[in-house]
Amino acid sequence: MGSDLVEVLINSVKLVLIFLLMVQLVPILVWVERRGSAFIQNRYGPNRVGPFGLMQLLADAVKFVFKEEFVPGKGHKLIFYAAPVVALIPGALAFAAIPLANTFHLEPFMFLGESWGPYDINFQGYNVGIGIVFILGVSSLGAYALLLAGWGSANKYSLYGALRAVAQMISYELALGLSIVGAILVYNTFDFHSIIAQQAGALSFTISGRELGIPFLPNWGIFYQPLGAFLFLVAAFAETNRLPFDLPEAESELIAGFHTEYGGMKMLMFYLGEYGHMLVASALLVTFYFGGYQLPFVSHVMIEDMLKSFGLGINMANVLTAFLFFTVFMIKCLIFLWIYVWVRWTLPRFRYDQLMDLGWKTMLPWALANTIVTAVVVFLARI
Amino acid sequence: MEELVPIIALGVFVALFGTAIVVVTSLIGPKPKQNDVKDEAYECGIPGQFSGHSKVPVKYYLTAILFILFDIEIIFMYPWAVTFGDSITEGYGLQFLAAMGVFIFIFIFGLFWEVKSKALEWE
Repeated sequence: MGSDLVEVLINSVKLVLIFLLMVQLVPILVWVERRGSAFIQNRYGPNRVGPFGLMQLLADAVKFVFKEEFVPGKGHKLIFYAAPVVALIPGALAFAAIPLANTFHLEPFMFLGESWGPYDINFQGYNVGIGIVFILGVSSLGAYALLLAGWGSANKYSLYGALRAVAQMISYELALGLSIVGAILVYNTFDFHSIIAQQAGALSFTISGRELGIPFLPNWGIFYQPLGAFLFLVAAFAETNRLPFDLPEAESELIAGFHTEYGGMKMLMFYLGEYGHMLVASALLVTFYFGGYQLPFVSHVMIEDMLKSFGLGINMANVLTAFLFFTVFMIKCLIFLWIYVWVRWTLPRFRYDQLMDLGWKTMLPWALANTIVTAVVVFLARI
Repeated sequence: MEELVPIIALGVFVALFGTAIVVVTSLIGPKPKQNDVKDEAYECGIPGQFSGHSKVPVKYYLTAILFILFDIEIIFMYPWAVTFGDSITEGYGLQFLAAMGVFIFIFIFGLFWEVKSKALEWE
């Protein structure tokens, strides 16, 4: 975790901060979701508590804490309590592996009377070299939380909801995993930092030794993998059990699906898990196809130099630049999170057999075709 | 092992965070008397007919098995995709492409067979 005390401290604080960032985004996202749905349906939504109803979720959280504790009579206590805790873990572990800003360099500095550094600090929880494989592996553990919840509740609707959710998640996991293969063929790496670095500058590529470029477009993955990006987006919707793929919670058939018997904070924890998954999916989409934390056409060296020319110290300029890039990353993520809300109130729900057909018979073959075409084009372009 | 330390640390932290929430809310919340009607599984207000652990369609089991087969096949494409670019510059890209072609052919054959044997039909 680090070579000396300060580095270990920085890394530990970073882990906790990134987790808390994810947790703190959830009330805001719920607010955006409720206000956004109200906006789309031409009503007001929560607007009484605080400015624009922003305090509504705080009030709800206080209410959740004071809710009665309830376990269904026939339910399995340990499993029933374990499920919401398990639901939190995959999203948190996956989100911590995504770089949120550029790696910045700290020159030696004085702290508590001693000299520390120099350090190179990643704005991410931990840097696993196999990046995307780790995230795919960890985030599919989310299925266990749903199964535990469904089984522990001893309610047939919970159980059916959980089974449906898991069957849907694993079916779309195939399309999700396969749609990324095309991107990996283009980037030739699993490492996020390298993937983002390759998307810097203006769109340019080499075909049989000739340089081609479009100067007014950024060098983003979406221009190399449009179909892959679209398949990834759709699969991510299904993976997070969001509308139009929210069959596990189909209210008219299953009451509320796997969390029928849950209430209070325990249900909120399922929400944390679900929104965590959405955040991870948006962050992956941004990292793979929309340039990650980078501003188009602007490198971090340019901004650091500009800040230094204003008379700021090297460390200060580097930290401020990292925060700017972090803001850019979050804005890109929030755009996709808004698309989640937008789609939810725009498209109608699928029927279950249509959903499974779409996953297995439409998305999987298209993702496969995308892989084959990408491989052939990459081969012809580089030969 | 060194790089696993932060991952395990975060996992433990999140698990403790979740456990703390569950424990604290169960301590704070009101504790009214339980009764048989309240303990029953929530359905629609009328007395439940079945126990919670009822039979489930075998369909889900089949889907899970198929998922494992195909997911393993897809995971095999990852190392290939990463090394494909290098193999082209080193001059044996065509062999790499052909090898994956055979693999994908088996994949498509499996998918086709699965569709034909109606393993993917949902009622």
